[in-house]
Amino acid sequence: MILRSPHFIAGLRACLPVLPGVAAFGAISGVAMVGAGLSPWLAAVMSVVVYAGTAQLAALQLIGAGAPLGVIFLAGMILNLRFMLYSLSISPHLQGLRPRARWLASYFLSDNGYAHTIARIASQPTASGHAEYYLGACTAIWVTWESATVAGIVVGAGIPASWSLEFVVVLTFTALAMASIRDRAAAAAAIAAGITAIAAIDLPFRLGLIAAAIAGIVAGVIAERWTR
Amino acid sequence: MDTLTALLLITLLAATSFVPRASFILWLHRVKLPEFVQRALRFVPAAVFTALVVPQLVFSDGALDIGLHNAKLVAGCAAISFAVVTRNPLVTIIAGMAALHLARNFLGS
Repeated sequence: MILRSPHFIAGLRACLPVLPGVAAFGAISGVAMVGAGLSPWLAAVMSVVVYAGTAQLAALQLIGAGAPLGVIFLAGMILNLRFMLYSLSISPHLQGLRPRARWLASYFLSDNGYAHTIARIASQPTASGHAEYYLGACTAIWVTWESATVAGIVVGAGIPASWSLEFVVVLTFTALAMASIRDRAAAAAAIAAGITAIAAIDLPFRLGLIAAAIAGIVAGVIAERWTR
Repeated sequence: MDTLTALLLITLLAATSFVPRASFILWLHRVKLPEFVQRALRFVPAAVFTALVVPQLVFSDGALDIGLHNAKLVAGCAAISFAVVTRNPLVTIIAGMAALHLARNFLGS
């Protein structure tokens, strides 16, 4: 039984320090989902089925701005591209799992679950049980995230419109943007994306977001070449 | 938003979330991404998050609006300052909401 595996439990434990942060963002995302006009039930379904907070919030913001589903799909793909990188890097360590467990491992993949497992693999490359450790870490994150989201949905549904709760989404992305600017090249990416987003505001179908994302990525790559 | 649109949205988003996650774990375990793609992907968060935020702060009712009377811009700048100083997302969000309401009440915006 995997739940009794010491590696699984070690993975759960390793995530304890980040759980308050995960709970806070989960609660905010629950509040923001109902703030953006989703009914509490659909917000809960979305949280479990999609399990990608930033893509969910971005999609709701884009829907509010009148973007068509195609653009929302593109934006979701771009925001979730990082999971492809995690998938690539963690995959060799999960190939011992049964096919069904690998489906679960795919659904479970999260920023924190990945980061903790990769840290263990880097520090103890020859240790056994990386896959169980990964599933343990991801379970801790998933349970915390989903319960916090439901709490946020319940609280958010009771907050009056005059509080402008929808602005929480914008502020969440502000905090995430600031956290992702760790060096000059990332700052260049952010500045180029911000300027392009303003200049391209009149593009049809809200394609300005896609144009800004591409401009930012290109600027980041160029800036990295220069500063090296 | 009606229920049908919401369900369609959830299905679309589920695809954008599951496919990248499963890509190498389930399907492509023998494939390697070229290094320049990996380097470029590093800039996705900074670029996309900024692109989502900036128009929300500098436009109001579809027109460029830069000044103290734009409460959202004031709140956004406050949030950015708090993010730089505290590096704490929760503090950033709370400070931004407080600034929004302060700006509306005291700057008349």
